[in-house]
Amino acid sequence: MPLYHNDDQAMLKDSVAPFVAEQAPVAHLRKLRDQADATGFSRDLWAQFVEMGLPGMLVPEEHGGLGMGHIEAGIVLEEIGRNLTPSPFLSTSVGAVAALAKAGGTQAARWLPAIAGGEAIVALAIDEGAKHRPDRIATTATRAGNGFRLDGKKSFVLHGHVADMSIVAARTDGGITLFAVPKDAKGLTADPRRLVDSSLASHVTLDGVEVDADAVIGEVDAGGDVLDALLAATRTGAAAEMVGVGQGAMDMTVTYLKERKQFGKLIGEFQALQHRAAHLYGEMEVARATVMKAQELLDQGSDGARLMVSVAKAKAGRAANLAVREGVQMHGGIGMTDEYDIGLYMKRDRALAEFMGDVHYHIDQVARMNGY
Amino acid sequence: MSDLDAFRAEVRAWLEANCPPEMREPIRDEDDVCWGGRKWVFKNEAQKQWLEACVSKGYTVPDWPKAYGGAGLTAEQTKVLKQEMKRINARSPLDSFGIWMLGPALLQFGTEEQKVHYLNQIARGEIRWCQGYSEPGSGSDLVSLQTFGEDKGDHWVVNGSKIWTSYADKADWIFCLVRTDKANKYQGITFMLFDMESKGVTTKPILLISGNSPFCETFFDDVEVPKTQFVGELNRGWDVAKYLLGHEREMISGGGAGGDMVSIGALFAKSLGRNDHGELDDPILRAEMAAFDVDVFAYRAMGERFMDMWKTGRAHPASSNMMKYVGTELNKRRHELVMSGGGSDALEWDSPETKGGARPRGWLRTKANSIEGGTSEVMLNVIAKRILDLPGA
Repeated sequence: MPLYHNDDQAMLKDSVAPFVAEQAPVAHLRKLRDQADATGFSRDLWAQFVEMGLPGMLVPEEHGGLGMGHIEAGIVLEEIGRNLTPSPFLSTSVGAVAALAKAGGTQAARWLPAIAGGEAIVALAIDEGAKHRPDRIATTATRAGNGFRLDGKKSFVLHGHVADMSIVAARTDGGITLFAVPKDAKGLTADPRRLVDSSLASHVTLDGVEVDADAVIGEVDAGGDVLDALLAATRTGAAAEMVGVGQGAMDMTVTYLKERKQFGKLIGEFQALQHRAAHLYGEMEVARATVMKAQELLDQGSDGARLMVSVAKAKAGRAANLAVREGVQMHGGIGMTDEYDIGLYMKRDRALAEFMGDVHYHIDQVARMNGY
Repeated sequence: MSDLDAFRAEVRAWLEANCPPEMREPIRDEDDVCWGGRKWVFKNEAQKQWLEACVSKGYTVPDWPKAYGGAGLTAEQTKVLKQEMKRINARSPLDSFGIWMLGPALLQFGTEEQKVHYLNQIARGEIRWCQGYSEPGSGSDLVSLQTFGEDKGDHWVVNGSKIWTSYADKADWIFCLVRTDKANKYQGITFMLFDMESKGVTTKPILLISGNSPFCETFFDDVEVPKTQFVGELNRGWDVAKYLLGHEREMISGGGAGGDMVSIGALFAKSLGRNDHGELDDPILRAEMAAFDVDVFAYRAMGERFMDMWKTGRAHPASSNMMKYVGTELNKRRHELVMSGGGSDALEWDSPETKGGARPRGWLRTKANSIEGGTSEVMLNVIAKRILDLPGA
């Protein structure tokens, strides 16, 4: 398959890009922020996503979705990134769907149609400390009565305080098991914190949360594969969103270079800035290609996907970070003001960079996957 | 089975039957790469057989039309062929500036007669070409070139000199930028073709910091060139040159620049040793190598996307400048890491154990990557002007 969007994908982009730009531009984020919105996203906007069928893009058709792939989901995520749109799309429609679809069974049948129908927001309760360390999950699930009892603490759970269900990764006797924990479960508390990018992420406490045996997503002790599917999809999605953030920041900056005058010249005439902008362009193009390759390999179910997903998260992280740093610097003083949008790009990039493993984590993963 | 799957099966079977086992070994020495030409001496029978098999099938230039020595493959079929060759580690049957540079220019600008004549020679590996572009006073500012062809009716008399002519001492013919109108800077250059055995042509290898001499100075002293031997329009050679530079950048970026694209950390795991966790026993170097690996794998995806888009006319015409810039900077970084990974062993300049200092010589050679074919700085200028549309660039 050639590594560019086919006609159907280009059409999807042509409909999603103006939709997000019109309905949820950066002003939409500002409005939610300035109202101290307690949900973390606009339910009205989510309803419009539902009308377009977007939440169920990755949901298999037999569960009421569109059965599309990660390239298509990436198209939506790039626009979300470009417009800094607060949305549960990545956690719910990409990460959770990937896990549920991989696992199948009762929980898939219960939640996939609800996600596709826009009736369920799902949070991903994976991290337990300030850094992403999925191989050191300490939350426990012990057999109790008819099911399990969950104890532990989770952090950086986006939308955790409003989620209808949280996917909780916990340690069982023989390995990792994933659980679907409904929002009203006794002993489950979510303490939302406002992050630098105005999003809300929760510290989640599981204090003797009791769930039935059928709350298991996939198989007991064998949740590693399901967790891997969740992580691969979410990381790739976050990388796609970062490509949007970086592209948005770069486009805004290049435009500024053509408008701002100093020393009687447009600052874009200065070679010192031209070369840095051109270098950034190259990095962004490489990041875009890398993310698309990871999406393609995921869609093909290729063995090489795991490596490329880490490469994509790391590369998109580096490129988008460069884009927002150069963006603020090249904007000069105005780039430091809250009034101007470029700073918002820097903040969103920082949060996305940390989500599901930062650049350093994934560079280390690439070394491990190559045997050193 | 789709047509493409059927093609893949056919290619696979053909390769199995025709690619000699020796040609599936990694390239070890310079003469493992077959450049062809009148002076070429095949290293072994397998190299000759492999070239001949590919020539008969049109696989030295698979995407060229059959009439010009190619196999007439589509972009997708060409990709399949490359994938299948890579799968069995098949070496390239023939590398040449004719294939990478002159060929595409002739396909675009040549007359039918020129295409039939020159392209078939290139496809069969009969004529090895070199490129006469840079001059001692015209490097990045190439269009200021002074080599002059005086009009003598049915021929030109060419005088001047070129520099950085790759393998001029081994080449049979040269494609050369020659000024034919001193009054017109951009529209006063003609893209000429002539035999390096012509009277008045001399070459002198240039010793580089690597201790090797891949480049020459080339001198033209009253060289007679028939006026039929030029490409495109008279005095419009700059158009051909610019088009061809795009292909040169494509070649440098697509082929060589990323190096062999294997994990560099994995290459050094043995020599650097491992700690108790199985990690490279040099944590900072490990981190740098891993960060480099990320960029290499990322660039490989970029290369695939670039070629997919380039071959189907979707790429920005100046995007080959970006590929050249990113790829060559990456290759320089690779060789810095190769030197660090090799330690003092990699400093040895001529010992047999180091194959005559292959690593330090290779490292030094890569410093030219971001100079030849347009410097990194010129690439950034072009991106700024043509892609980002920045003012006054």
